[in-house]
Amino acid sequence: MARRNVLIFIILALFAFSLWVLLPIGGERFGRQGIHLGLDLKGGLHMVYKADMSAVAKGQETSVIEGVIAVIQNRINPLGVTEPVIEKMGADQIVVELPGASITDVEKGRIGRTALLEFGELVGEGETAKWTDALGKWKPATAVIDGQEKELTSQYFKENTYVRTDEFGGVLLIFQWDEEGSKLSEAITGRLVDKPLGIFEGDEPLLGDDGRPIAPTVRSVITTSGQIEGLSRKEATALSKQLNAGRLPVPLALVYEQNVSPVAGADFVSLSLKAGLIGIILVMLFMIAYYRIPGALASLALIFYGALNLAIFKLIPVTLTLAGIGGFVVSIGIAVDANILIFERMKEELRGGRTLGAAIEAGFSRAWSAIWDSNVTTFIVCIILIIVGGQIASGAPVRGFGLTLLIGTVVSMFTAIMVTRALLRLFVGTRLANKTSLFSPYVGGKK
Amino acid sequence: MIDIIGKRYWFFLISGVAILLSIIFLVVFGLKPGLEFSSGSSMTISFSQKVDHGALKEELANLGYGNSIVQTIGTGESDFLIRTVALTDEAKKQLEAGLTDKFGPLTEKSFQTIDPIIAKQTSRTTIIALIVATFVMLLYIIWAFRRVPKSFRYGTTFTVALVHDVLITAGVFSILGVLAGWEIDLMFITGILAVIGVSIDNTIVVFDRIRENVRKGISSSFEAVANYSIVETLTRCLNTTITIVITLVVLLVFVGGSIQNFVWVLLIGSIVGTFDSVFVAPSLLVVWEQGEWGRFLHPSRASR
Repeated sequence: MARRNVLIFIILALFAFSLWVLLPIGGERFGRQGIHLGLDLKGGLHMVYKADMSAVAKGQETSVIEGVIAVIQNRINPLGVTEPVIEKMGADQIVVELPGASITDVEKGRIGRTALLEFGELVGEGETAKWTDALGKWKPATAVIDGQEKELTSQYFKENTYVRTDEFGGVLLIFQWDEEGSKLSEAITGRLVDKPLGIFEGDEPLLGDDGRPIAPTVRSVITTSGQIEGLSRKEATALSKQLNAGRLPVPLALVYEQNVSPVAGADFVSLSLKAGLIGIILVMLFMIAYYRIPGALASLALIFYGALNLAIFKLIPVTLTLAGIGGFVVSIGIAVDANILIFERMKEELRGGRTLGAAIEAGFSRAWSAIWDSNVTTFIVCIILIIVGGQIASGAPVRGFGLTLLIGTVVSMFTAIMVTRALLRLFVGTRLANKTSLFSPYVGGKK
Repeated sequence: MIDIIGKRYWFFLISGVAILLSIIFLVVFGLKPGLEFSSGSSMTISFSQKVDHGALKEELANLGYGNSIVQTIGTGESDFLIRTVALTDEAKKQLEAGLTDKFGPLTEKSFQTIDPIIAKQTSRTTIIALIVATFVMLLYIIWAFRRVPKSFRYGTTFTVALVHDVLITAGVFSILGVLAGWEIDLMFITGILAVIGVSIDNTIVVFDRIRENVRKGISSSFEAVANYSIVETLTRCLNTTITIVITLVVLLVFVGGSIQNFVWVLLIGSIVGTFDSVFVAPSLLVVWEQGEWGRFLHPSRASR
């Protein structure tokens, strides 16, 4: 009797804990702010870029992609998106998820631009300008090397750009040119002493902390290595990262895009909540109508199941997509399945004339192999879905379904075996236990 | 006791006809690949006024998107789903500007574009996933039934049952593709995998009972043992299917939207899967056990 009470106590404590984690739905627990909603529910932008790695040397792919990711991160930070996801997918793809964000086309275009930085000089009389900013009109800084006119860009930097502080506390950005870069730099800086050198990314000048373009003045001819002074530490660090990532031209192509307006998703949240609730209630009604007291206990277990499941979603956290909610609702059906298997076994045992206590134990132990076997295939399917979903650009719903179904199945085994059994055992030895008809349909009739 | 196995040839006939129809539809009409497998762009837009479906289609053709698919969403006649070839940002802007000029302001509710590279990659990954999933599950079944005499027969029967379920579910989608323009997307494949899982679950429960009853030796006739096992597990199979169907119907009625087709796959698949694990798979096992195929193929021997 004592052991039984301990189990009931643990179950109640776990239930209370689940509710505490869960409520209020939007509240914070263990640093988790509400239940994570996927882009299809919350709205937002989901993009996949494919990097053209043809210019990248073998063995350098990973570091190059990581550099590109750092650059994209820098471009996204100023947009003020909460919890953006920027990660590598496969060998040469980059996933960018901006939940709840609505950004302009210009901002979107900037995200996927090549990380290459270009250097510019002020235009002379009658020359066409490529860039115009607060400091004036600029054209690409070029020089003729080996009979070819070439532009000075970040691809000529060596990888070892870094930031240090000089003895007076000034921030220095130290860089080195490679062989060809040295020749270009020598020719260009030789021409531009005491003149500014603009730095541009795509169509935009690189802006400093104060919003003014960064355009260091050339002090002397720079050949193999040089330094940029007068930047703030933040500017210098950001620039050094960008220079390191921009050494190689890695054009990005937008290969997948999904954009959902927050309004379109909002309807689905309340609809799915309703669906989940109605689903649970209908299943409960069916269980009670068919299996009576065990059905009612299974319904209690189902409430426990729902609370524990959602609490786990919140804690991990699982990002709920529409498909993920589908997986959760389907797992309600599976959660009931384990109970049904057990109750059917119990029914047979009761028909065989056993007492309630014996029937419960036999029902549980004998149904176990079928429960286990039939859930293994679900596990296999779920794991494959999770893996596959993570490798496909549009795979978020697949992954979401797999994940919620997997969690649901594991939790359902726990609730069926532990909770339903503990609740059923409460009846053993009570007066109700003798009325076996309450525990099983059609017992004691014919047959 | 209900005699299910005794009517096995009726069930074979029903399944056979369903499979035959499915194959015919799949061969003749195939499955309509959705955006994820065929690449392109799809957008949901909402006009601030009523727009005629035909006029919208015409305007799209004027703008150079003659092959677009236009679907009306809801009953307001102002929300549409438009499917085009893959659009660049520039092309999308022009398209929306063109539509605004003609039909007044519009809001873009969602937009999705899939590059051919991604579509190809998705198709390849999906096919690999289906093959791996099927293979791993069959391996598991062979392992689970390893101690049963003639476990190879159980494994083969499982495979037949699996093909049966997938073919019929895909067949229904092929028919719906012709009648209602339904497409198969990534969630369709997810649904098919889930169906395989559920169907195997059901079959496992029935076979598990046959395995147990054979061991107990409740009858010397395999046919009787199989029938007894089916009847014993019948309520469980039906009740489980009922609860799953309840939850799916609720999803369909209250959520629908982008997971509508997915829910239909699960719904059709679970029903077909239950039919198969109760009426077809065990019957196949009986037919094999009693060597009826041989008699069927060589009637002269049977008459002896």
